[in-house]
Amino acid sequence: MMADSGSSEEVAVIGNIDLTSSESENNIINTMVERGTALLRKMEINVAEAEKRTGKNTVNMQETYTVYLIETRPAETVPDGGTPAAPDTLWRRYSEFELLRTYLLVTYPYIIIPPLPEKRAEFVWHKLSADNLDPDFVERRRVGLENFLLRVASHPVLSNDEIFFRFLTEEKGWREAVLETGFQDKADSRLKSLSAMFRVKNPDKRFTALKHYSDELNTVISQLLRVRARVADRLYGVYKVHGNYGRVFSEWSAIEKEMGDGLQSAGHHMDTYASSIDDILEEEEHYADQLKEYLFYTDAVRSVCRKHELIQYELEMAAQDLAHKKQQKEELATGTVRVFSLKGMTSKLFGQESQEQRESRLAALEQSIQEGEEAVKEKNAECQEFVRTAWEDIERFKEQKDRDLREALISYAIMQISMCKKGIQVWSNAKECFNKM
Amino acid sequence: MPNSPSSMVNQYRLEEDEEEEQQQDADTKDIFITVDNPESHVTAIETFIMYRVLTKTTRSEFDSSEYEVRRRYQDFLWLRSRLEENHPTLIVHPLPEKFVMKGMVERFNDDFIETRRKALHRFLNKISEHPILSYSQHFKVFLTAQELTSHKKQGPGFLSRMGETVRAVANSVRGLRNRPEEFTLMQEYVEDFSNKICSVDKVTQRIIKEQREYLDELKQYDLAEPLKGVARCVEGCSKETEEQIQHLSEVLVPALHEYVLCAETLKAVMRRRDNIQAEFEAKNEALASRKPENQELQEEVDGLADRVELANNALKGDWSRWQKGMRTDLKSAFISTAEKNVDYYEKVALYRLASACSTTQLWSTEAAEWIFQEEID
Repeated sequence: MMADSGSSEEVAVIGNIDLTSSESENNIINTMVERGTALLRKMEINVAEAEKRTGKNTVNMQETYTVYLIETRPAETVPDGGTPAAPDTLWRRYSEFELLRTYLLVTYPYIIIPPLPEKRAEFVWHKLSADNLDPDFVERRRVGLENFLLRVASHPVLSNDEIFFRFLTEEKGWREAVLETGFQDKADSRLKSLSAMFRVKNPDKRFTALKHYSDELNTVISQLLRVRARVADRLYGVYKVHGNYGRVFSEWSAIEKEMGDGLQSAGHHMDTYASSIDDILEEEEHYADQLKEYLFYTDAVRSVCRKHELIQYELEMAAQDLAHKKQQKEELATGTVRVFSLKGMTSKLFGQESQEQRESRLAALEQSIQEGEEAVKEKNAECQEFVRTAWEDIERFKEQKDRDLREALISYAIMQISMCKKGIQVWSNAKECFNKM
Repeated sequence: MPNSPSSMVNQYRLEEDEEEEQQQDADTKDIFITVDNPESHVTAIETFIMYRVLTKTTRSEFDSSEYEVRRRYQDFLWLRSRLEENHPTLIVHPLPEKFVMKGMVERFNDDFIETRRKALHRFLNKISEHPILSYSQHFKVFLTAQELTSHKKQGPGFLSRMGETVRAVANSVRGLRNRPEEFTLMQEYVEDFSNKICSVDKVTQRIIKEQREYLDELKQYDLAEPLKGVARCVEGCSKETEEQIQHLSEVLVPALHEYVLCAETLKAVMRRRDNIQAEFEAKNEALASRKPENQELQEEVDGLADRVELANNALKGDWSRWQKGMRTDLKSAFISTAEKNVDYYEKVALYRLASACSTTQLWSTEAAEWIFQEEID
């Protein structure tokens, strides 16, 4: 896989294509290992299985949930004729993945954190159940969770995180370890970040553009998913009705002499045709999942933009605060009241304060100003550092996104082509049977 | 009734001879009929369509070698009812229905007229291919007379036709004593065939409906810039789906529909044959219960017995001919449908391939190789 980084018209050459649905995860492994993080050089990660468990939940009610088996294996080459070492395994449920992700979101606010597969099935076409315990849904979620882990493991920054490593290797005690990091305190209140959006005076233009792009991508993908689900529904109807041909041809063949055999075998092909849609749409779901991942990614991008706005806002507030204090000092020093202040008014009404009072106030202000300058310098540094690291990750993300979406579209097209081939085969066979009528 | 050579050959036909015979028919075909040029006629009382019927023939019974007349649907109805009257146990090809019940806004929309025109064309050609009906006097008049009205006035009137119906009802109430087994089997077949062909027709209509709904959803793919290549692909697929629907509507549906109507015709033929037999049986019984021999009645009964035999032979001969025709017609319609579907998938595959290539923004030789490799495998 190659990509011209930095150019907007990226050219991708498709390498060895093994893009069957079951191997799509392998493909991700291939591309990520090539990029190579220390973690992935050390270990292979798999979400191998899913299992139903029942237990008591936090309000002491019986509940059924699914757990997923995470396998990790040292990534060493196996000698010829040798068997690979048995993997280390542990079980995790979805809520633990969520906890991990929240931790990452808070700890690395300048990174676009890979999304988790959806909690509840959305954009489903009617045949697919929206039930969380449905085996097909569970299977797709398993793939999605594995994908999440691999994305984190292949990220240059996230892959080095201790908590992430322990998530993969320590079944018990991990939960306590995460909570001990105290990340929940660092989480910015939503209100704060909401208000920041409306009051930032000088947002970085690049982030504004990024936010718009992310919103647009979100809209496009949502629409694509919606239409795809409806089209899938309709296509299902078309294929299934052909099954009726199978039944009727079979019944009709019973009363015909010369036509009987031809009709009967044509009917079988119609049955084959009708049932082929199930596999086809199953494969399409994987494609839809790839799109959904990027739909959820847009939320992560928006989070980073919002965090930037928050920091920018805080910087502006700090700068504003500093400017205000400096002005106060100036007024105090020169005695002019340019800005209305209660102190100024009361001194006008009730007489000037004493020299000592003034000097002590000046000293306090000086102190405050110094602190303010420190704060602004810190905030400025924080902001610049954020912008630098965020932008690095954004560039990386853009490359990844272009590559992945292009591959998704291509594998979708290839899947459609294979569907066409099946169609050609069935109808050619049917034609042969009709010829024998 | 003239026994044309081909109707006798019917009974000795083998599978391999079928093709040969079709070739023979093509070579020996001596009458060519087309129905075209529908034109609207407006009078004070009504509006109707007139079709041009063009005949080219080398038959000696015809004074000229070419005829052009204008006929309306009513005229076709007249012809068919005359043919059925004169040959009650021959299978006369059905006409398109008078009105279409569902989804018709206006009687004379273009699609309706064209569908009807094609069916009328087929009707006349089917008659012209029939070894017996083709030589009917009424058929000749239909093709040649400039004015049909005067000819329509002749023939059994309304009252006599009423009488026939009454007799038929009376006979059906009494029931048949001795229906020959082969006609019982035929009756059973007709019932089953009617059910099956109606089912196939319904399934086909349903498929068209589902395809249309699929097409509607496909058109919802309104894709902006980053996915323009996909959008073009979807456009192409939509076009192909439209063509597929059109093909079904123009080839398979009319063929199936024709044979749905044929099934009804067959039922009527079986009824008429039964009536002829019933009439004979009734008179025969009356004869048997008369002690003094009645010469007149005896002659009548003999006449009716002959009538039964002629009717049965006519039906037997026409039956195998009809079956062959049905097989040929439906086989060709199904094959055509299968071919169209193969064509559809081939074109859609190409559109998908183009979309994949446009997504890579350059023709990826490896991708193409992979796809074509699969093809070779």
